[in-house]
Amino acid sequence: MSTKSKSIETKTDFNQDERLKKVSKLRLLLNRPELGALGGAILVFIFFGIVAGDTGMFSAYGVLNFLDVSANLGIIAIAAAMLMIGGEFDLSIGSMIGFAGICIAIPAIYWGWPLWMSIIFAFSMAVLVGYFNGILVVRTGLPSFIVTLAMLFILRGATLAITRLITGRTQVPGLRVLIEDDPLAWIFATDTFKWVFTWLGSMNLIALRTDGTPLATGIPPSVIWFIALAIITTWILMKTRYGNWIFASGGDKNGANNVGVPVGRVKISLFIGTAVAATIFATIQVLDAGSADTMRGTLKELEAIAAAVVGGCLLTGGYGSAIGAAFGALIFGTVSMGIFYTDVDTDWFKVFLGAMMLIAVIFNNYIRRKVTESK
Amino acid sequence: MSDYLVQFNNISKFFGKVIALKDVTMKLKKGEIMCLLGDNGAGKSTLIKTLAGVHRPDEGEIIVEGKKTIFDSPKDALDMGIATVYQDLALVSLMSVTRNFFMGREPMKGPAFFKTFDIEKANKIAAERMGQIGIDVRDPSQAVGTMSGGERQCLAISRAIYFGAKVLVLDEPTSALGVHQASVVLKYIVKAASQGLAVILITHNVHHAYPVGNSFTVLNRGKSLGTYEKKNISREKLLSMMAGGEELNKLEVELQEMNRSSAN
Repeated sequence: MSTKSKSIETKTDFNQDERLKKVSKLRLLLNRPELGALGGAILVFIFFGIVAGDTGMFSAYGVLNFLDVSANLGIIAIAAAMLMIGGEFDLSIGSMIGFAGICIAIPAIYWGWPLWMSIIFAFSMAVLVGYFNGILVVRTGLPSFIVTLAMLFILRGATLAITRLITGRTQVPGLRVLIEDDPLAWIFATDTFKWVFTWLGSMNLIALRTDGTPLATGIPPSVIWFIALAIITTWILMKTRYGNWIFASGGDKNGANNVGVPVGRVKISLFIGTAVAATIFATIQVLDAGSADTMRGTLKELEAIAAAVVGGCLLTGGYGSAIGAAFGALIFGTVSMGIFYTDVDTDWFKVFLGAMMLIAVIFNNYIRRKVTESK
Repeated sequence: MSDYLVQFNNISKFFGKVIALKDVTMKLKKGEIMCLLGDNGAGKSTLIKTLAGVHRPDEGEIIVEGKKTIFDSPKDALDMGIATVYQDLALVSLMSVTRNFFMGREPMKGPAFFKTFDIEKANKIAAERMGQIGIDVRDPSQAVGTMSGGERQCLAISRAIYFGAKVLVLDEPTSALGVHQASVVLKYIVKAASQGLAVILITHNVHHAYPVGNSFTVLNRGKSLGTYEKKNISREKLLSMMAGGEELNKLEVELQEMNRSSAN
């Protein structure tokens, strides 16, 4: 036996393989899915730095403004990206936002529940909706596109019908007074690092109101949630077993199943993730506005998917990054706000959004070919 | 007590009225490579799935290391050390070598509730294991999609061995490969066997099977035509035993006749 195993000893010195090209650092970087979005974000900042540098867009107030918009989109875009990496879509995110909003507002205003209880109720409903989406997709094997498209209509319709039935209107105002002293609401409604802005104001480094308080009062809660979610999800994807299972489930469902990855459970949990993210989005907005609107979040699912795609997610799953989706959201948020500071008509924003997405898809497709290309 | 590592005795499998397998018997010792030959439709796939625990045999018994066992699920078979590498290999081409190697069985580190995927250790093991079989993964974080077909096959086999396979069931490991790649994979299979694994190599390619096999079982229309030691059978005989053998002979005769008639 020993002679046999020796005789089949294959060559060991492979470093001398003349067909091997040296892989440069740049090339390795190019293989990262978020590269396109990072580059895009830098380009966008350079562009607005030149075009709108002196307009106040990059004042503390202006920056917080576009960060807030980016962050709101980012919260759902990150969850959408995670789900897309897992190989599925969720088109019901936007409707879930509207639904979650009234799940908070109706119990709090009409049934006299404390606000914190309404918020917990909304999140419970989100888990249910996400679970339902997930189990339906996993059990039936139907495309998630269709299943969640159905859910898009069902949730939006139910939101409208229930709200009108109970309140006779399509909006539920009056939440603002309930926020104070609530043990839970502050997580979704508090500006942080106020002291920094007060200090910057006192040093006359940022713009002040006439009463001497700074125009920008603190970091909005959406931004904190956004950053926290981006860090946690990136950590999950890169560093945990569950993260590996997400890539595996999206990359090859059957293969993953064959080696013992619980694909069904992974996908269901990701659907719960998008519904919960939609509810975080809804809670922040509802508490900020002090009212819930049945139409809130309309078309947000498509913006979230667009941001995820710009962030490097493949529509076929198995590839992408959460941080990329965060950059994608930053691009959209920055442009949608920045366009106000330029002479360009804001009508052009959607054109930009579409073009950006198209470029991203072409770029991603090219990257995928590179990654999966055989020698 | 037999010295067989695994025995499949008189395995039969029926699907309704269809007899997919009838009285197939295979016995393997440690270090042995048995080649299971058969043309398309011979019942190879059904047999593989029975070995892997996907199908439960309707008749016959499976004996692993002297103990009679029943596989209720693929996991049962795997727990007994019978690992099946399917043609699709269960590899995700967009994922890295390391992430594929440990897919579903990731090594963890850190305190409870904060356990993380120990990617450094995983990278090290994956590179080491691939190095042992002569595949230099320059970078274990490179995507499997960049590897050649033979390398992928070796990765899948290497993974099965690393996770404790005693019996390897390989489904057409060389069918999609070129001559060079196929020989790399076959070399690796021999090497694995020399380390004490039993290998069931399923193929329809006699030219790949004959050089590496210790014994050959020919399957035709769901029935075993017998198991032969290598010394007792020639390559040509094996070829003609497979359904394709006769057909090829016939084809040759027909072609000769065609040549003759066209020459006239």
